[in-house]
Amino acid sequence: MVALLYLIAATLFILGLKGMTRVKTARFGNLTASSGMLLAIIATLIHIGKADYTLIVSGVVIGALIGTIAALKVEMTAMPEMVAIFNGFGGGASALVALSEIWFNIIENNSQLPAFKTTGTLWAATIILSILIGTVTFSGSVVAFLKLRGSIKGDPILLPGRHFINVALVLATILLGIYALFEVTVLTTLTTLALTISLTSLILGILLVIPIGGADMPVVISLLNSYSGLAAASTGFVLMNPILIISGALVGASGLILTQIMCKAMNRSLSNVLFGGFGAEVSEGVREYSNVKSFTPEEAALILESASKVIFVPGYGMAVAQAQHAVKELAELLESRGAKVLFAIHPVAGRMPGHMNVLLAEADVPYDKLIELDQANAEMVDTDVAIVVGANDVVNPAATKDSSSPIAGMPVIEVWNAATVMVIKRSLSPGFAGIKNELFEHDNTYMLFMDAKTALQEIIKELKS
Amino acid sequence: MESGFFDPIMVSIYIFLLSIFVGFEIITKIPPTLHTPLMSGANAISGITLVGSLVAASVGGTKISAILGFCAVIFATINVVGGFLVTDRMLSMFKKKK
Repeated sequence: MVALLYLIAATLFILGLKGMTRVKTARFGNLTASSGMLLAIIATLIHIGKADYTLIVSGVVIGALIGTIAALKVEMTAMPEMVAIFNGFGGGASALVALSEIWFNIIENNSQLPAFKTTGTLWAATIILSILIGTVTFSGSVVAFLKLRGSIKGDPILLPGRHFINVALVLATILLGIYALFEVTVLTTLTTLALTISLTSLILGILLVIPIGGADMPVVISLLNSYSGLAAASTGFVLMNPILIISGALVGASGLILTQIMCKAMNRSLSNVLFGGFGAEVSEGVREYSNVKSFTPEEAALILESASKVIFVPGYGMAVAQAQHAVKELAELLESRGAKVLFAIHPVAGRMPGHMNVLLAEADVPYDKLIELDQANAEMVDTDVAIVVGANDVVNPAATKDSSSPIAGMPVIEVWNAATVMVIKRSLSPGFAGIKNELFEHDNTYMLFMDAKTALQEIIKELKS
Repeated sequence: MESGFFDPIMVSIYIFLLSIFVGFEIITKIPPTLHTPLMSGANAISGITLVGSLVAASVGGTKISAILGFCAVIFATINVVGGFLVTDRMLSMFKKKK
């Protein structure tokens, strides 16, 4: 009975994910997946049968309350940190279950030691992985959360010898774990070691995410998402529970694919993102600008008045300035004047995969007006005005023209092919890559040195008057 | 009884590998517009570890294993409930041209 319900739940997860491959069916897909979860919980309660439910009920009530409040209150601009911290809770739960297993089966049970003789080799091996991956997911996500919130500096923080420290921590965790479960015959030593490997994993998670900053966040969040799945899967091996293995593997795979897409969009390898400390060693190139022209909102409005095709290129700056509603208002105003308006979305614009799409959806921009990189570059050629809202590196011509540039080969949105380019940006300060953007010097580029929201609102006012 | 090739450990490894392939097949088809909801939805699914947490907490009492299970239940429930709700909230905003 329980096994059958788990099978149905797993099927619902797969169907739910399949539903999420299309916008039309995505909401139903999410509902399908959540009913799969409900079924899995019911099956588990049947399996538990008669027991003391005090802890279960109070835990679920507390968790559900926190989860509901957080999910309903979060601003769409804060979605990256919300996803990050939810991830962390998932990974943390897997690690806690693994630790609970050690206490329940070995320590509180006064079992025969070394532990693997009581519980089997697979159990002992995967429980170490559960603790390692789960805890790394937890502490890494907490650091990502704090970075995205701005509670700790978003810039890469590089410790000397950090690669050596990280490798040492991974090895120490695994070797101590193996020693604890396969060799140790004294109970107190086992307890101490279980706590020690939790601590080393916790530190490892912090050290892995601390050096990664800003624009590399989409990769980190995707990767942590994948880890949370793998942690669940390895806990599944510990408990020999197929529903955990299946769901964990699905999530692990989805996170890996997203990670891969994000890396490709930056033309960088995963190891370069994770270990490169990109943007930390500030490249000392020329950053002086000459021949930069700027527009006032009135001048911008004048150009837009006669434009028949306009493409917006949003970036992280739009999220920071909460300018998505102003973007939408301007877009509608231009459309009402007969212009064709599109939105070009770079895969790594923002701080997580799909960040811009969610913000524009919140502002009621129909999703069929959002175009991807290739289409955007094809459309750009006969575009009158390209409006860059708080994006920098993803519109840098150096990526296509300068093979010595740190971002060489990264696919970018070629806004310079439009007749006129307007860049709304507070200053000429470099983007995450720390390099100069020659786009700002192009003959057809005009800067609006303002907060994105204010600039757009003033353009709207001018157009209306 | 002879169980042939169905060694439980190997079967669980089969399940793991095949599920990864299923995941790859499905997710590569997801359009970039849905990347964020996909992520938070998948995230909620990874809260499946709640199943293990419930069993761990069912020991009851004040044993350390039960307390760890209790914390795991809280964590996993936040992940599941918050994850599915926030995904639904996001997806409710995606609209086509009227």
